[in-house]
Amino acid sequence: MQPKIVKLDEYLVVDEPFYQAGGDEVEIFESSYRNGLPVLLKGPTGCGKTRFMEYMAWRLQRPLITVSCHDDLTASDLVGRYLIKGGETTWVDGPLTQAVRSGGICYLDEIVEARKDTMVVIHPLADDRRVLPMEKLGMLIEAPPEFCLAISYNPGYQSVLKDLKQSTRQRFVALEFDYPKPDLEAAIVARESGLDRERAELLVRFAAMTRNLKGSGLEEGASTRLLVHAAKLIAAGVAPVSACRSAIAQALTDDHEMLAAVNELSSAIF
Amino acid sequence: MPDVSALEACLDEILEVEFTFRNTAQPAREIACLSEIERNYVINWVRRVASTNVELGYQYACHVVRARAGMEREQVEAWALHAMDTYDREGLRPALQVILQLDDFVRISREKATGCQLQENERVLRVFLHGLSGRKLKIEAAEQAYTDTETLFLPPLLAHLSTPEQNFLLYKVMIAGLWAQTRFGTFRVGLSETLAAQNDPERTLQLFHCLETLRLEAVIARELPGLHRQLGVIRRAIGEAALPSAWERLKAKVSAADCTASDVLAIVCRMPRDVAPFAPFAYQGILLPATADACIAARLEREKILFKVKLKMLEDELGGPSGERQEDTGRSGRFGKREKRVGEMSELMQVELLLDDKPMPLPDDVSQLMSSIILDLGEIPDEYLEPAGPGDYDPAILQQKNAPDDDVWSGSYHEEGALLYQEWDFRRQHYRKSWCAVREKRIEPIYDDFAGQTLEKYSGLVKHLRKTFEAMRDENRMLKRQTQGDDVDLDALVEALADAKDGREMSDRLFSRQHRAERNIAVVFMVDMSGSTKGWINLAEKESLVLLCEALETLGDRYAIYGFSSISRKRCELYHVKHFDEPYDSEARARISGILPQDYTRMGFAIRHLSALLQEVDARTRVLITLSDGKPDDYDGYRGEYGIEDTRRALLEARRRGIHPYCITIDEEARDYLPHLYGPAAYTLIDEVWALPLKVSDIYRRLTS
Repeated sequence: MQPKIVKLDEYLVVDEPFYQAGGDEVEIFESSYRNGLPVLLKGPTGCGKTRFMEYMAWRLQRPLITVSCHDDLTASDLVGRYLIKGGETTWVDGPLTQAVRSGGICYLDEIVEARKDTMVVIHPLADDRRVLPMEKLGMLIEAPPEFCLAISYNPGYQSVLKDLKQSTRQRFVALEFDYPKPDLEAAIVARESGLDRERAELLVRFAAMTRNLKGSGLEEGASTRLLVHAAKLIAAGVAPVSACRSAIAQALTDDHEMLAAVNELSSAIF
Repeated sequence: MPDVSALEACLDEILEVEFTFRNTAQPAREIACLSEIERNYVINWVRRVASTNVELGYQYACHVVRARAGMEREQVEAWALHAMDTYDREGLRPALQVILQLDDFVRISREKATGCQLQENERVLRVFLHGLSGRKLKIEAAEQAYTDTETLFLPPLLAHLSTPEQNFLLYKVMIAGLWAQTRFGTFRVGLSETLAAQNDPERTLQLFHCLETLRLEAVIARELPGLHRQLGVIRRAIGEAALPSAWERLKAKVSAADCTASDVLAIVCRMPRDVAPFAPFAYQGILLPATADACIAARLEREKILFKVKLKMLEDELGGPSGERQEDTGRSGRFGKREKRVGEMSELMQVELLLDDKPMPLPDDVSQLMSSIILDLGEIPDEYLEPAGPGDYDPAILQQKNAPDDDVWSGSYHEEGALLYQEWDFRRQHYRKSWCAVREKRIEPIYDDFAGQTLEKYSGLVKHLRKTFEAMRDENRMLKRQTQGDDVDLDALVEALADAKDGREMSDRLFSRQHRAERNIAVVFMVDMSGSTKGWINLAEKESLVLLCEALETLGDRYAIYGFSSISRKRCELYHVKHFDEPYDSEARARISGILPQDYTRMGFAIRHLSALLQEVDARTRVLITLSDGKPDDYDGYRGEYGIEDTRRALLEARRRGIHPYCITIDEEARDYLPHLYGPAAYTLIDEVWALPLKVSDIYRRLTS
């Protein structure tokens, strides 16, 4: 087997990803894109933000460059840095620079996780200037009209340390994502996993119960992504209660009593 | 055969026969018949029980041999511990009952072994219930199973089935049944009024309960198929009788998806006289419409006002400039609603709240309130949509509970509002449960510029402290010569190139990288405020705290300061000087100045409470530092070995929670007991009181670097 290897800035989404719009987010994103406005996606984990980005990249036929931000991600990780090659220093572009050069869509996932200095780099890109300053090269790159910046963040985790500053938020067109409505969610789960509609509906009902528990023991309820995982296991022949335990309950919490309670809920459903 | 008289003498000593004139001959004869190992074991337990109460010990000695004949060791121990716990909680008489009614204990413990206790599984069941329900229902123990629509009352112990798992399942089924009553409109049909109009309300209620149970069972079968299956399992295990054929027909009728509680009530009212009430499920509990009605009425009023107040708050928040708002006429029309029925479940209405005809996002508490109102009324009535104006409501109704009175001693002797902590009794070799009543109190601040004077007095030291602590501060800095990094380290590169030209190996450490500060320490100072600190020691403690705060502010570590003092277990007090998130401002300084000697030194509760506090702080290293002047000492026997052993236990618990305890003391005798408490390296003894302020900051520096 030969894995397919593509360059970062040539990664085009070829096949249409399955995405079911829950509202007018597709139109809003397209209009923002045509007007060169950056986009902020808000919403809990696993509710379809990344899938939406893939879908939009496919619709607009632009390369999609996704950077998952972590707490050690610095500005130079995004913009680029000098490396040493055989006694010479050479400049290597970071993913953000690659996206700007190739006119792609740069998606910074969970932006609040990154270090504060990364914000400074995206600010000039995110307002009407649309330029990427590269201090170390002493250059500015003007972003082509095809370039688009999108960031995501999860307001659920809001700790004082991980809040998005007003100066950042107020540069973006914001789209709010939430778990899809029950009918739609069941359709998504069924479609993604190949599970029959009836059991997909039961899974969605179970998810609603775990979402009831947000704040009284669970940090978050089960996301659509987790439902799809569980549905895939069930479709492959795993007993539903065990699938829920492994794919959902254990992923949600480590607390023994919470686990027991969540398992009781799933056994009440299936 | 051992010497009975020697045994008798031993019991006499344990049971203080010299003063109480108990006859130990009989128990001694009984105990003498046991094997040596068994004898020592029994004597040991008699000693442990007698340490709590001599009479209790005597009765234990009289019954233990009989008990031992019928029970395993663990059970006999549990019996003794249960008796001692009962003594702690309720006094001698109930405790003696536990000893005397040995057979009851055996029966109950057998039930507990196969049964399922509500208390032990409460959290799991509660979370399960929260998962099911829209409203945050509570669970409480009661003789009968019923609900008042806010709380589910369940029996404290279920032992009808043969295994704990099955009994747990029974709890689950009972919860689901009661939950379904609140969720699917059992109490929304005006039950009380209809019943009052009937000739035989009691019978009608029973009939209704029975038929409604059948309807809800069908609902559960649709909503929670898994649970319905488990219900079947339990039914078979109990051996429920089959449904009479007359009921079978009714069951089919009420099982239809569109059948509601009012349909059920209508059927019941038309039922012929000869139909006998029948319980479809043996553990369905009882239906108390009056209780539920009272609860609903109170809640309706509260939630209506609460909802209107929340709307007002939302309006103020989202309302935009107030000039846009037209007075009087415009106000009532701002909020609207849009109702949607979702899915096949016609019972469930989804209401979207509209502000100026646009859907608006709702905070969690408001949407929960809304679903609770919909559960009661089936909709959001239009009159609810008018935000509360000023003076529209009695604010008292919004406060469900009054704050606990701080002045606990003026009223009756109670423990309300206090946190209860356990205490270790070394003689019993077990905890005394809920033993210490702990309260956090505020210190009266004294604004006398004590801090300023202290800083002046130690001005030389302060300068030195600032310098040393500044040096400790872990700041962001550039790390050079790294194998990876954001930038090329030019110096390193030049050197490496020169090396390469020279024919030597080239280093790969050519980059520089930012290092982030990672000093992540939270520390609590636990300051002895007992009466013995009066004078010099108190002054030295306060001065030390001022200097410490100065140093810690330079350093940037998170810290909290609490004083502790007690007078008997009913009055354990922690004085709050500074929380973690409070700034070190003039208020905090005035509170340090307000630290005054109080009563006695009970340490266990303070350590337990403060380690619980520390545990909540998100920090990599947690330190608990005690400033004290002597060994633990309080009324009700908290002295000598008892006090030391409880303190040691509390410190062990803290260590198990990942907290580093440390002690700074000026007690000259501390060498005798501190190593036993804190371990050989976790304390400092300061010989001279005046040296305390000079040393404390220094000790902290060593401790945390």
